[in-house]
Amino acid sequence: MMLLVTFMMALREVRRNTMRSFLTMLGIVIGVGAVITMVTIGKGATRQVTESVGALGENVLMLRPGAQRRGGMRQGAKGFEAADVSAIENEVPGISAVAPTSSTQATIVFGNENVSTSVTGTTNQYLEVRGYSLGTGRLFSEAETAIGSPVCILGTTVEQNLFADADPIGERIRVGRVSCQVVGVLESKGAAAFGDQDDVVLMPMLAVQRRVAGEPNIDSINIKANEGQSLEVLQAQIEALMRERRGVQRGATDDFNVRNVQEIADAMSAVTTSLTSLLGGIAAVSLLVGGIGIMNIMLVSVTERTREIGTRLAIGALASEVLLQFLVEAVVLSTLGGIIGIGTGVGLSYGASRVLELPFVVAPEVMVGAFVFSAVVGIGFGYLPARKAAHLNPIEALRHE
Amino acid sequence: MTDDPARSVVRFHGVQKFYGHGESLVKALDSVDLVIREREFVSVMGPSGSGKSTCMNIIGCLDVPTGGSYFFRGVDVSRLSQDQRALLRRHFIGFVFQGFNLLARTTALENVELPLVYRRVRRADRRERAMHALTLVGLADRAGHTSGEMSGGQMQRVAIARALVTEPALLLADEPTGNLDSARSREIMELLVSLNRERGITIVMVTHESDMAEYGTRTVTFHDGNILSHGEPQEVSA
Repeated sequence: MMLLVTFMMALREVRRNTMRSFLTMLGIVIGVGAVITMVTIGKGATRQVTESVGALGENVLMLRPGAQRRGGMRQGAKGFEAADVSAIENEVPGISAVAPTSSTQATIVFGNENVSTSVTGTTNQYLEVRGYSLGTGRLFSEAETAIGSPVCILGTTVEQNLFADADPIGERIRVGRVSCQVVGVLESKGAAAFGDQDDVVLMPMLAVQRRVAGEPNIDSINIKANEGQSLEVLQAQIEALMRERRGVQRGATDDFNVRNVQEIADAMSAVTTSLTSLLGGIAAVSLLVGGIGIMNIMLVSVTERTREIGTRLAIGALASEVLLQFLVEAVVLSTLGGIIGIGTGVGLSYGASRVLELPFVVAPEVMVGAFVFSAVVGIGFGYLPARKAAHLNPIEALRHE
Repeated sequence: MTDDPARSVVRFHGVQKFYGHGESLVKALDSVDLVIREREFVSVMGPSGSGKSTCMNIIGCLDVPTGGSYFFRGVDVSRLSQDQRALLRRHFIGFVFQGFNLLARTTALENVELPLVYRRVRRADRRERAMHALTLVGLADRAGHTSGEMSGGQMQRVAIARALVTEPALLLADEPTGNLDSARSREIMELLVSLNRERGITIVMVTHESDMAEYGTRTVTFHDGNILSHGEPQEVSA
């Protein structure tokens, strides 16, 4: 009963001085809003990373030259050969597609337009492994793959930059110093954490090796497992096969590595998650500052309302009742600020996720946490002013000007 | 006059109030004996520093004596804790101050309700009793006005209604007309007199002005921490 009455009194007090109440709350509003915004954007970024790594292809292993090391790869290990690719295809069970790649950076020219992009030599299976699908035109023919004809399939970004609205199929473009016919255009996959996945040019493996890059290396072999195939087992089999083929002695370090795309995804989301915590932590400091703001204003308010407190004490309020009144006022202010802050945070993060083109991920546990924290801030920082009010001497308080 | 303790609201036995030590010792009250009975209207006079404010604070249970004893309705106040004194004030004493001390930006009705809030009176009852008290001071039509929208005289009436609403055993008024012009002062005094006569409320009032003191049934005069005269009613009118 008394708590309810005190609560009503506190609400009236908050309303009695709207402007000051709002300014008092502002610190909490900004603090809670910042925490919610940071965490929501961070979660959006995490989800985007996860999704875009997933877009590299699910159930995919990547075989690359060089030993796997923390923080990077050793340079100088020799690349793979075409025979390695067929060995994997023929000797390892449970594989649905294998796509070797040989990538290089090249300038693409059509008419007056030119763009610099990554040119990937590969096979038609690359589309399946990486989750691309053909938009218009056709894939490479068997003959083109076999002899390395100068034909190419464009990503939509490259297509837009070179051809705008014109139909590219059948046109000849220059890739580095090679004239090349466009046979197809990929469907758009959209932007991802690793950059634009539509900013690619695909050519037959041999065409890139012989004509564009001028070296016979295969940079990587992407392997897609059958549905339900254990990636660990597959990875072990590929490792065993490659050790044998590359003549790695027993006990020696592999001069190649097999990576699971999921592992990369996990590593990257670990990074964004810790970034989110960092940003959220920094924002939480502003919540603390907001709490100090409440304490500050409440102390001023106690001084200003000294006569009121004196009157209440004279009328027969107990010290504990005065304490409760000011404590409840501080908590009402801080939780009100918390609620407004949650609204602001959700609004801001929605806007930010639209601008940054991130997924909008609502985190209810963060909202509840921010709300509870703001209430705790109210109790924590409201206590000192409330105690000051409760310990006033009624005689002196009544005399206060 | 018989000294029936049951009928005395206030009883001082050699009450002392000293501040400080040694050289700087100040004797605000020095062995004061005083009895105030039910239905009395006592005016307290004296120059500043004579001890009348200290005396009022002790009567009102806001302060405790450093020596002697004070019985409020037979209860030894000097032995009570701070919270127990607060409860005494809540249930038996009404205060009227020189500066009105109404809550800012709060309506007259809400101000009058305040003591009932601390008494845990239910909302509907509170409304009714506060309205009744406002009617008694002639301000029923100002119930919804805030203190900023009222004159000094009206604010003091609201303050009196706030002191009355709990039907206290004792109403303490500290220079209730100090901030009012003479016409308004007269109205307030007539209100206090009628409350005393018609509703039998015991009133103790501090004042500077002897013409205000004359409204009381007797005048107690302080000087240098002592009571100079207990002023029986006939002496006042003399």
